[in-house]
Amino acid sequence: MANPLKPLTALGNPTAQSDTIGAVTITENPDTALASLASRLGREAEVASLAASAGVPLPGPGRAETAGYGAFWLGPEQWMIEAPFATHEDITAVLKPIFTDAASITEQTDAWVRFDITASDLPGYFERLCNFDMARATPGAATRTVIDHLGCYIIRRSLTLVSLLGPRSSAHSLHHALVTAARAIL
Amino acid sequence: MIINHPLLGPRDAQEFIYLGDAALIHRPDGMAEGALERFIPYTYLRDNPAGSHRELWYHEQGDRSWLVVTRNTTTHEITAVEMARDVARKEGRSK
Repeated sequence: MANPLKPLTALGNPTAQSDTIGAVTITENPDTALASLASRLGREAEVASLAASAGVPLPGPGRAETAGYGAFWLGPEQWMIEAPFATHEDITAVLKPIFTDAASITEQTDAWVRFDITASDLPGYFERLCNFDMARATPGAATRTVIDHLGCYIIRRSLTLVSLLGPRSSAHSLHHALVTAARAIL
Repeated sequence: MIINHPLLGPRDAQEFIYLGDAALIHRPDGMAEGALERFIPYTYLRDNPAGSHRELWYHEQGDRSWLVVTRNTTTHEITAVEMARDVARKEGRSK
């Protein structure tokens, strides 16, 4: 019997939603598996060398990198690891054997909704959303800040593309904030 | 107010939560002799200076690190920001 359960995206649709408002495009991206990685006390150097040999980048404060796996900095000795959902649905099962007991790894995939935002004027758009200074953020910058009372990660992939990770259970509220800000700069 | 985070640079104070006097990181050993006498001042007694004050701030909407901020309570001028972890390590704590 076919599986009667249908996977839905964070916004509750069978496929990812995309909205274009003026020069801003907001696209839900359900194709990323996420896991947080934290070095255990005293094992920081070991984690760094295991990560380097497995192709997991561990970027510095406020930065994101892609080299095989994607990763961005969460806090001192803590990172979020990104991988394609299709091949890494069970991402912790892939990462745990790499780091053994030198790091704590927690699955995060379904904790977050990811929106990919393209806009011709990203700084002008983000000025209306949060107090993170997009104009001074070079590609590869990643940080956590508040958007409409929601703690979100902002990753600047390029001059025109930003990935935004917000709490999945508030996906509709975050989407509403993004659409409202996009209408404000029409 | 802008707090110059040692790792992330200048960040708006809206992202932070204030805890209080930085002396709170000197928590007494609760199992030692005379712990009660040390816990009473630790819990209740604070200096209330008009001027330079070392205090703990938590970057809750950021990287969730604890900071020791030296702030002038009359002008809000911030003269130093350190990671609380580094402050504790300088004092010989293991973590």
